[in-house]
Amino acid sequence: MKIQLNGEAREIPASCTVASLVTELGLRPEQVAVELNRRLVRRDLREKVELQDGDELELVTLVGGG
Amino acid sequence: MTEEHLRDGSLVLGDARLKSRLLVGTGKYASFEETREALEISGTECVTVAVRRVNLDASQGPSLLDFVDRERYHVLPNTAGCFDAASAIRTAELARDVLDTRLVKLEVLGDEKTLLPDPVGTLEAARELVAQEFDVLVYCSDDPRMCVHLAEAGVTSVMPAGSPIGSGQGVLNPNAIRIIQELVDIPVIVDAGVGTASDVAAAMELGVDGVLLNTAIASAREPLRMAEAMKLACAAGRHAYLSGRIPRKLYANASSPLEGTIDGAGPN
Repeated sequence: MKIQLNGEAREIPASCTVASLVTELGLRPEQVAVELNRRLVRRDLREKVELQDGDELELVTLVGGG
Repeated sequence: MTEEHLRDGSLVLGDARLKSRLLVGTGKYASFEETREALEISGTECVTVAVRRVNLDASQGPSLLDFVDRERYHVLPNTAGCFDAASAIRTAELARDVLDTRLVKLEVLGDEKTLLPDPVGTLEAARELVAQEFDVLVYCSDDPRMCVHLAEAGVTSVMPAGSPIGSGQGVLNPNAIRIIQELVDIPVIVDAGVGTASDVAAAMELGVDGVLLNTAIASAREPLRMAEAMKLACAAGRHAYLSGRIPRKLYANASSPLEGTIDGAGPN
């Protein structure tokens, strides 16, 4: 199925959770936050939330800033 | 152990109790190593970070968080780059999920050229974030009435800009900053516009509770030396404020006795 990930189309396997996608992408789970369709997916809910076709996902982290 | 003649209270921001009144940003450094060193030298106990999309194309190497010791620093995430209340609120929620902190530096900007805060969006976002139990430190203009509205909304600190972000112009309207301090009972932190050490000292001499800066250190030719200068300036300005400076006078007031000078030495 196809989702929008950080503004770009991306093909992902079916029955993929937020947590599994984060791991699949090689990210360190403790250093990212996830928004699904403009709503935060809390850290403790990532394993429970399954992605659907057409979902829009934002994956963010912390960078240098003032 | 602080010496008795240098005693001072802490700057309290939510759960954070800061001895250093310098808050330092982590942007624009040449490397993470330089960031770490500059923060350490500056003596700061509170550092800002920004929230951005993960770069999925780059290999996942070290990140800023690997260079910021959370035992040593309170990490203050900002909502920089947000131009409306809704995205600032979302950004704050994302930051809280990573950092597990209530602190947030709220920025809702008006336009890209001036980076001046948008007061309407800022107040709207501040109210919502306070309702969500964030400790909200608000980047705002040096408008005393705006600061009163923010204080009434329950924010933790107002952070009026001394001058535009990254402009290095220092505090352009010290009178406005002084009025803000009279009108609000929460910490006032000068945020943005600092160019050099004397700007920090001058701000602290006004009696503000702290100064937040980034570019002035990170973009100095020698960032580490400037970090030292900023530490000293912040402390110098704070002590000068607490000391109670002499009033400005038009005419001279001799430091040496005028009596007892030798014959012929007096004024003609």
